[in-house]
Amino acid sequence: MTTMAMNAAIRSAIDVMMERDDNVVVFGEDIGYFGGVFRCTEGLQAKYGSERVFDAPIAEGGIVGAAVGMGAYGLRPVIEIQFADYVYPGLDQLISEAARLRYRSSAEFTAPLTVRMPCGGGIHGGQTHSQSPESLFTHVCGLITVIPSNPYDAKGLLIASIEDDDPVIFLEPKRLYNGPFDGHHDKPVVPWAGHPLGEVPDGYYRVELGSAAIRRPGDDLTVLAYGTMVYVAEAAAEETGIDAEIIDLRTLLPLDTDTIEASVAKTGRCVIVHEATRTSGFGAELSATVQELCFYHLEAPIERVTGWDTPYPHAQEWDYFPGPARVGAAYRRVIAA
Amino acid sequence: MQIPHEYGAHEARLPEPVDPNMINAPIPLGTRLDLYRLQQQMRQFEKRAYDLFLQNLVKGTSHLSIGMEAIAAGVGQAMRADDYTFATYRGHAHTLARGVPMGPVLAELLGRSNGLLAGKGGSMHLTSVERGVMGSYAIIGAQLCIACGSAWSAQFRGTDQITVAFMGDGATNIGAFHEALNFAAVFRLPVVFVCENNLYMEYTSIFDVTAVEHPAADRASAYGLDRIVVDGNDADAVYMAASSAISKARQGGGPSLIEATTYRHGGHSRADPGKYRPDGEVAAWLDRDPIPMYHQRLLTLGVSEADLDQVQRDVADEVEAATVFAKGGAPPQADTALTDVWADGGSSWRN
Repeated sequence: MTTMAMNAAIRSAIDVMMERDDNVVVFGEDIGYFGGVFRCTEGLQAKYGSERVFDAPIAEGGIVGAAVGMGAYGLRPVIEIQFADYVYPGLDQLISEAARLRYRSSAEFTAPLTVRMPCGGGIHGGQTHSQSPESLFTHVCGLITVIPSNPYDAKGLLIASIEDDDPVIFLEPKRLYNGPFDGHHDKPVVPWAGHPLGEVPDGYYRVELGSAAIRRPGDDLTVLAYGTMVYVAEAAAEETGIDAEIIDLRTLLPLDTDTIEASVAKTGRCVIVHEATRTSGFGAELSATVQELCFYHLEAPIERVTGWDTPYPHAQEWDYFPGPARVGAAYRRVIAA
Repeated sequence: MQIPHEYGAHEARLPEPVDPNMINAPIPLGTRLDLYRLQQQMRQFEKRAYDLFLQNLVKGTSHLSIGMEAIAAGVGQAMRADDYTFATYRGHAHTLARGVPMGPVLAELLGRSNGLLAGKGGSMHLTSVERGVMGSYAIIGAQLCIACGSAWSAQFRGTDQITVAFMGDGATNIGAFHEALNFAAVFRLPVVFVCENNLYMEYTSIFDVTAVEHPAADRASAYGLDRIVVDGNDADAVYMAASSAISKARQGGGPSLIEATTYRHGGHSRADPGKYRPDGEVAAWLDRDPIPMYHQRLLTLGVSEADLDQVQRDVADEVEAATVFAKGGAPPQADTALTDVWADGGSSWRN
């Protein structure tokens, strides 16, 4: 076991998989010689050479498209989109090609690529460096969507993603690379060292796709969260004294509905938290799912706490960002209902 | 040539010497003084932006163009007040080049309510419709296609306004660059594409990821355009090339693509020390700083040191006033983030 920050855990996962499988190749913008904006690929080119770890031009369509072709012909590409906000020029390749290759070729062709991208706000990145586009991917049949919240899960999920035969969108909340950020932006960064989930095995292990984790057991209400919002939800539980059961979904698609159903059946109340904009966000899907599975257990309306329905604002970042105060207020409303 | 480098051996790209004939370019002295003032404004503004960043007053990242001023100055000076500009995320200088006052630009970097966009844009999204600054773009190459649209609009409306679209060298590898060039060429649009080739696509040498030596100019022939490479560290050279391309566009002669070679004195963004660049390369380009060179040229042309000092002091005062203005602005109210998502001025999708 080694204490790792989340970016180091991601690097370790890629390293382990490159060691195990010669077909794993890594490319993206500034990821080779420089080692990536968030240092997730640092040292890999020196270790594995520039045939397996290489810098790509700024061309997201080209990067994703090349990865689809590589995947179809025996390689396991792990590509980095420098910020999730930059993925849109590559969406056509992801949606029209990567996601559908298996279906339209009667499973003769597959696209086993992993697309890593930092997502989310909290760094004053404004509207083009802060977005949470997960629901764009979950809306596409054929893409797996993963979003870890800690170093241990990040490594195990990334290994499972690289080994998966379907295309995986691997979203990395950038505010979590260096520590478990709970939305209290005026406090110093808490490092992963000292957090139990910052302890990461050095070698190979998997965290299975499609399995949620209960981060905090509780009886008063169920909180469905992922990524950075897991820590915001925990802070809100602590600050309100409400005994919330906090579920870290970890994988949005496939979704661990068993864990969700069991929890809401027990608590009868549900709050959904995500950083992305509200309308048609993944919270809408979660809300519908809870209603379908747990209608007769519900004792209060389901609440969603989300980013605002606006582009990610530059100056008003901490108003937009669903912090512990907003989440805690939702807990209180749902308990009182 | 190879210069040993701490992190490996990258081929250093050293600057060409200044063209000795450029001093004789047919540019009026008054215009040259304007070019000097513009470059001073850009340089001193960027240095102040960096200082304010170090004081933790700039919200988020910012990308400085110190060392690249001659391009924005030369192109801006060649434009007409009613022309359009599209800028990159390294766009403070592009914005100042159109006469946008420093105070609101600086306040925007600080995320204040008196900022150019009341804090909604920030460093990477400066926009002033009043000055024809149709935004700076942080999605690489996106502006190039949009610039075709503004050029089309001018052509359709029968005005003789032209559009300038700046880009970095990295943008030449994304599809939008090629789509925009073909589109502009097919429809003979009044647009001038200006590639600021500072040799680095963010943190990676552009030569490592591009099939040709000159990332923009060597692609021009694919779209029937002339191959134009200029010294981007010589404001006169840029001004001459831009004036010629703008004049052609204004007269219905269609688009141009100018590649201006230059260098970032600093890293890609605020916190980047730029260590992926060979030391010898950085030193050689620091010696080719466009501003001292231009200062010397003006002295040779007979301008007095005292007059140039006065320009520097005037600009310093302007930067100081802009700083006071920016720091004096209040942070915007939270609810202003909820305005102007939709045409009714609000942000709600429900009735």
